[in-house]
Amino acid sequence: MSTFNLVESKLDPARAVYDFTLPAGEPWLHEIKKGQVIRILDLEGNQAVDTLFYNARRPIERYSAQDTLAAQGSIYLTTGSALMSNEGKVMLTIVADTCGRHDTLGGACAAESNSVRYALDKKHMHSCRDSFLIALARWGEPYGLTKRDIAANINFFMNVPVTPAGGLSFADGVSAPGKYVEMRAEMDVLALISNCPQLNNPCNAYNPTPVRLLIWD
Amino acid sequence: MTVSKNPIAPERLLWEETIPGGGHWSGVLARGTSLRLVDLDGGANIAALFFNRDEKLERYNMPDTLKAQHTAHLTRGHVCYSDMGRVLCSITNDSLGWHDPLGMLSTAESCRKKYGERNYQEYRNDMIRSGRDGLLIELGKWGLGQRDLVAGVNFFSKVVADDSGRVQFVPNHSSAGAFVDLRFEMNVLVALSTAPHALDPNPRWEPKPVQLIAWRSDPPGEDDYCRNFRPENRRGFTNTERLFR
Repeated sequence: MSTFNLVESKLDPARAVYDFTLPAGEPWLHEIKKGQVIRILDLEGNQAVDTLFYNARRPIERYSAQDTLAAQGSIYLTTGSALMSNEGKVMLTIVADTCGRHDTLGGACAAESNSVRYALDKKHMHSCRDSFLIALARWGEPYGLTKRDIAANINFFMNVPVTPAGGLSFADGVSAPGKYVEMRAEMDVLALISNCPQLNNPCNAYNPTPVRLLIWD
Repeated sequence: MTVSKNPIAPERLLWEETIPGGGHWSGVLARGTSLRLVDLDGGANIAALFFNRDEKLERYNMPDTLKAQHTAHLTRGHVCYSDMGRVLCSITNDSLGWHDPLGMLSTAESCRKKYGERNYQEYRNDMIRSGRDGLLIELGKWGLGQRDLVAGVNFFSKVVADDSGRVQFVPNHSSAGAFVDLRFEMNVLVALSTAPHALDPNPRWEPKPVQLIAWRSDPPGEDDYCRNFRPENRRGFTNTERLFR
């Protein structure tokens, strides 16, 4: 898939079976059944939504950034991208996208990586990995999920351009209020989301904001 | 830059070993040792994963390595970060200028599609073992498995992205004698596979051998090139050295 494949959805939010607004800095773990469609809606714009997927029945099968990259031959995610598992299967397909570019190389912020990237004393700021870990501590046990299962994630709405010269940066977002991305589950998946609390780079425009999560049958 | 112009002092040598093409290897490189990878014939690829041997939940983190150093390629000066903000190893010398950090691996299925069936019964030790399967075998020796198989580094390979994000494998990037030196800053479990890169367009199974040379190296001083390559790396070394105080 190339980048910026803008496709609008025909789904009506009034008919969604699930509709939840997730504040910034909060985790979310939810099962999405095969055939269901999930929409992540960037309510106020430029909000990074760090996301991992697991096979809900057998969670050692999980979303794999590197397998997705190898399968589509492109580093950005947009409409048509198949989100691949570490076992080479399609977990979800992006079926609509009004933002046009999503990242899967930038990973999640963590206390420890913040100490490297910004300053040693930034270690105590809140981070996506903390949100992933508290989600797994609260709700991960029935699935057997631990830190071991946290691999390179997707950052919906985040812009991490890679240059032909091999540079990589966190750039200003390409998202805006009301932009969304929609995926159809191709197997029963467990979605683990951290609505990113990062305050040190432009991934959230320095102002983390809520996102709306909708699911349709 | 060649191997012959960058000799390793014989009294520092620990061991050497050659992994045949399409093979796999694992072992521990202790803090204070270095490992040279040599592409003996040209066109090699060696996929590498790194774990803290003393706490294997701590492991190489591709996104943290890339974003801390604002890079989508690895060369001299860059370091390999763990998920705990520490430096597993540093690239202290490099004759190539670009190693691929995007972590893609060939799989049994992708190999079958590209090269056809090539089983042990018929081909003996020239059978095909994918990059993924080779690494899974090595991880299994240390009690690790699929859950631990994260995106690693493909040394000697170059993959570039154009402005639209489309990636392309650059053929003939590494020639015979190319080498890269890794200095280990922690006690690191290393797992390696010499299967061809997942995006290598060569339709024939022609995996290349890689020589490993380990030696006792000097600890990184205050003026160390990798430590000072970026301000982030200074902090990464501080985090690492606290572990050994």
